[in-house]
Amino acid sequence: MNLQNIFTEIEKIDPEVYDRMDTRRRTMQRFAFAGKVLAAAAIPSALGAMFKKAYGQTSASIVNVLNFALTLEHLEAEFYTRGVAATNLIPAGPAVAALTLIRDHENAHVAFLRTAITAAGGTPVAKPNFDFSGGNGSGTGPFATAFSNYAVFLAVAQTFEDTGVRAYKGQAGNLMSNNDVLQAALQIHSVEARHAAHIRYMRRNAGTLGAGQIQPWITRNLTNIETGNAAANAAIQKSYNGEENTTQGGVNVSNLAGLGVDVNTEAFDEPLTMAQVLDIVDPFIV
Amino acid sequence: MDTQQSEAAVPAQGAKAMNRRRFLQFGGATAAAAFVISSCSREDDGGGVSTEGINLGSGDTGVLNYAYALEQLEAAFYTQVMNTPFSGMTALESEFLRDIRDHEVAHREFFKTALGSAAIQDLPVNFGSVNFSSRDSVLQTARTFEDLGVAAYNGAGKLLTSADFLLLAGKIVSVEARHAATIRDLISNGSFADLNSLTALGAKPANGLDAALPPADVLAAASPFLRVRLNASNLPTS
Repeated sequence: MNLQNIFTEIEKIDPEVYDRMDTRRRTMQRFAFAGKVLAAAAIPSALGAMFKKAYGQTSASIVNVLNFALTLEHLEAEFYTRGVAATNLIPAGPAVAALTLIRDHENAHVAFLRTAITAAGGTPVAKPNFDFSGGNGSGTGPFATAFSNYAVFLAVAQTFEDTGVRAYKGQAGNLMSNNDVLQAALQIHSVEARHAAHIRYMRRNAGTLGAGQIQPWITRNLTNIETGNAAANAAIQKSYNGEENTTQGGVNVSNLAGLGVDVNTEAFDEPLTMAQVLDIVDPFIV
Repeated sequence: MDTQQSEAAVPAQGAKAMNRRRFLQFGGATAAAAFVISSCSREDDGGGVSTEGINLGSGDTGVLNYAYALEQLEAAFYTQVMNTPFSGMTALESEFLRDIRDHEVAHREFFKTALGSAAIQDLPVNFGSVNFSSRDSVLQTARTFEDLGVAAYNGAGKLLTSADFLLLAGKIVSVEARHAATIRDLISNGSFADLNSLTALGAKPANGLDAALPPADVLAAASPFLRVRLNASNLPTS
């Protein structure tokens, strides 16, 4: 099999084939090297994997992921903007300072993603209309007191942040064809995790709505939120289901190093698919 | 007192070899894995000590060994923190630091198990610059490690070719970010995401972006805490 001829033929149809393959600039090097060590029979599957990488993530699919992220950032930005602006909601001092910082980060993410989407040739989605009661526009959903009851506000904030972390994590693999976009997404992802940790710490100190001994990390699929409203609890639980996973990279970690299931589920955060995230945020989007 | 002894890499055999095979197959492209394995064994199995330092290896295996090295460093640090707690450690501090220790040990053991015979050796550490009886010294060092860990994983994601390994790195980095935020809040409540203090690590505050650094920069910052030199020259660079 003459690989060079194959690439020459592809190049006639798609002059950008090398650019597509080689956002990592190692394609030919890799193949020249791989050809030495791979059995001839293995080469077609390696070639297939390379084409999937080159053509499986078009700029359209990257824009799609970024617009999904932008929708979530709009949700968070609007939530904190309204919360910080609400009268008699957030205690003065460290609480309002922290929530203002988080608000500013979410607004920065909105602006950054809009720029990135435009640069990728896409059109940023418009800011949706939100119903933070979780009532799909009725204003009477299970979180109707989010901007008048500080404990409810923090519970929703925690859920949004932990969901955001899981949402970005679930999309990383869909951004692999563009190193710059992937790294930026990871840089947003870890900021969301910092936010999540702090909101959880605030809830630990506030001790409200079942926070109990909540920690900055997620134990099994526990929400550490008890609203007293079954519909609200069920809505929140969706953001934590799957966090109890104990198989990592094909390795059973349920009692890794004898540390038990709690530690080993805390040590690994889990992703959510785009569909799972959209289902979670749907009640908040009119 | 934790003693991270230097020892030669264990030869591939039995369960460990099985673990590595399963893990690398899990990593997706069997063809790519085959070439990674070949490249490692062609060199020094990624675990030998040479005058050039400990070779992390190449390809995805090299990136995973890079992460494994950082997790070893963190696990060793927090193990000592909890073995010799600073005076006046509050119940909350003890609870959080114990959990963070456990998470880092879990990360270390995960990489060790998953990499099997491709794993680098246990790394001897040097915490001579840390005063473990001082809360300030311990928490400042912890902050350095956690922020550096976040920067390392954020910078390494694009170096991986397997989407499965990228997801695994993602599962770990957000836990490191939770640690970083927690340690920062213990030092100064509200500093959990002070991106202005992270620009030297690649953060872009105006865009709300966290730290991200290439391996060379991370290892330069980590090297004073290690008694051996890590050779990252075979890691991918893009």
